[in-house]
Amino acid sequence: MPDTLLFAMEATLNGLTAGVMYALVALGFVLIFKASGIFNFAQGVLALFAALTLVGFQSGQIPFSHLINAIFGTRLHHFGWNMPTVLAIPATVLVMILLAILIERYILKHLVNQEPIILFMATIGLAYFLEGLGDVMWGAEVKALDVGLPKGMSSAVDEATFAWFGYGFYIDRLELWAAGIAAILVASLTIFSQYTKQGRALRAVADDHQAALSVGISLRFIWVLTWSIAGIVALVAGIMWGSKSGVQFSLSLIALKALPVLILGGFTSIPGAIVGGLIIGVGEKLFDFFMQPIIGGATENWFAYMLALVFLLFRPQGLFGERIIERV
Amino acid sequence: MKMTRLAATLAATMIAAGPALADTLHFPSLSYRTGPFAAGGIPFADGYSDYLTLINERDGGIGGVPIRQTECETAYNTERGVECYQSIRGDNPLVLQPLSTGITYQLIPRTMEDGIPMHTMGYGRTSAVNGEVFNWTFNYPANYWDGASVIINYLLSENDGSLEGKKIALLYHNSAYGREPIPTLTNLAERHGYELLTIGVDSPGQEQGSQWLQIRRERPDYVVMWGWGVMNPTAIQEAANIRFPMENFIGVWWSGSQQDVLPVGQGAHGYKALAMHGTGTDYPIYADMQQYVIDTGKYAGTGDEVGTVLYSRGMYAAMLAVEAAKKAQEIHGVAAITPAMMRDGMANLEITEELMAELGLPNFGPAFSVSCNNHGGSGQAMIQQWDANAREWNLITDWIDPDREMIMEMAMEDSLAFAAENNMTPSCMN
Repeated sequence: MPDTLLFAMEATLNGLTAGVMYALVALGFVLIFKASGIFNFAQGVLALFAALTLVGFQSGQIPFSHLINAIFGTRLHHFGWNMPTVLAIPATVLVMILLAILIERYILKHLVNQEPIILFMATIGLAYFLEGLGDVMWGAEVKALDVGLPKGMSSAVDEATFAWFGYGFYIDRLELWAAGIAAILVASLTIFSQYTKQGRALRAVADDHQAALSVGISLRFIWVLTWSIAGIVALVAGIMWGSKSGVQFSLSLIALKALPVLILGGFTSIPGAIVGGLIIGVGEKLFDFFMQPIIGGATENWFAYMLALVFLLFRPQGLFGERIIERV
Repeated sequence: MKMTRLAATLAATMIAAGPALADTLHFPSLSYRTGPFAAGGIPFADGYSDYLTLINERDGGIGGVPIRQTECETAYNTERGVECYQSIRGDNPLVLQPLSTGITYQLIPRTMEDGIPMHTMGYGRTSAVNGEVFNWTFNYPANYWDGASVIINYLLSENDGSLEGKKIALLYHNSAYGREPIPTLTNLAERHGYELLTIGVDSPGQEQGSQWLQIRRERPDYVVMWGWGVMNPTAIQEAANIRFPMENFIGVWWSGSQQDVLPVGQGAHGYKALAMHGTGTDYPIYADMQQYVIDTGKYAGTGDEVGTVLYSRGMYAAMLAVEAAKKAQEIHGVAAITPAMMRDGMANLEITEELMAELGLPNFGPAFSVSCNNHGGSGQAMIQQWDANAREWNLITDWIDPDREMIMEMAMEDSLAFAAENNMTPSCMN
């Protein structure tokens, strides 16, 4: 088999796993948009905040210690113990649920029936607030995140592909795990929305707010539920991305990777987020592979948006989005 | 009537405040404590501020005149950096430290016009080394082209003086900063016979899958990195993932701090980077720092960055600024110096090993002197290597000289082109 084909196959495989990482971020956007029509600008910051909180719990860091020290002249930093990951993750989930309750109570409740752009602007404000809160709570230094997930080249894939093609493919084990976790996440979300009372209520609100309200479904509860789930998805994305390069404030920029995925997959479709992520992942890797010798590298950032623009021309609602029908 | 009273009150306040401000030496800091690059901006800003605080607390200022520090948040954003400059330019800033190549490029013409000196230590426009064109910009003790040349000289020493047939990949931040070493490495490739492979990474650099697949395919002998922020740990992690020999991976000084290696854990063991100064707290100055700044609670930030690489760099930048101010006072015979006098101090700065030892920083930085023809110092740097077990950087070489003859030739060409574009006649100011 020619080398170029082998390398292209390797790039495709890596694109698929990278696409899953993008899809993890896009999922949070979809969940909130589907249930409330809000484009949540703060989704990236939610992932950052969740990852910061998880590392803070794991390392036994005292929240707001910098503020406490500045006010009282103390030298507090850590509780003196480390929390096991199995406890730190549920504790972080609780924090994300609490955050969802606070967001609903102090922001969303007051913006019922407002234009989508108002709600969007509110999430921009929320993003800035959460970024500042994360800084004050946990500090701005880079933090190593280790939840026990394996990292590095998968020897199994390397050996298997070497045996087949005489060339070992590189796949990051962390991204393989991310693919597995994303599959579990999507399956769980599907089961939740199809087979539980709350899930059906959530789908009812997503289909028609007014009709759902008329049959007694509490919009406030559904919003808390949606933001809690989005918070948990953000935690998963934060863990995956934070494990790759540490938890630092640039983590919030992963949201930028989700936008073209959403344009491709549609803002209202969970399978769309996954498929969109895979298309973007594979597309950018293959584009870089073939075009790098001609136009140089560093194409990943703009290629995804260019692809999304092309999609917008032909299918503005995305691959799986609800069809836009306007009668005049 | 009310307006008149308000105006009178304001005028009185300004008159009263005027002498107080004039009796201080204003050292502004264009810092970034927020945004995606905050992790690198905070320790530098802390080190810069703590050293100036030490000079105030221990020595009562410079030549008896207290230092006044101000900080303006740029978030590593060029537009905000320019806004910061506009807000402080009328407040007698003695020297600007933009801490961003993008901001530096924007401020070079402005500071030339306003007569405010700028120090871009290890970043910014490399050809500012030519003081005949860039009268107000200084980039001592080393610049990017020096850094690239030092890396190649180090690799030459590792390969018995020959890089013939070797392949070197440059993994760079796709920005003005990251592209700076390309001309130097290209010129040196022609001279030493190695093949140069340039691989860009878009900012911020969290996703580098394609780049490292390419590195795996191309199998370079060495990878040189010009990264910043999250690009650095991501690259080091990816290198560890593909099992690239870490001792053959060398970063510039902006890719060689604790923030870059700690998130990678054991995988970063053996990674190398340039060092333009020493690091750690094993210097006599830290006894004073502890006594006058840390123990008294007058430290900047949270006080937990002391001794880290980027804290040391901020401290070093402040030390060089203070020594230039002393030189300016000596030249002009006045304690309350102006920005123009400060420029003269910087243009005649001389750092000797004796002076460094006297300041409590023996062997911390290279000895160098500044002149009109050379605003860039010695250009020397050392190589440091990360020990993941001890979680510390170890210096593994002495100071390495760059190929200054070639760099000065390139700098001359670039700076004269700048002068021609701007209808300037190159000349020394002193």
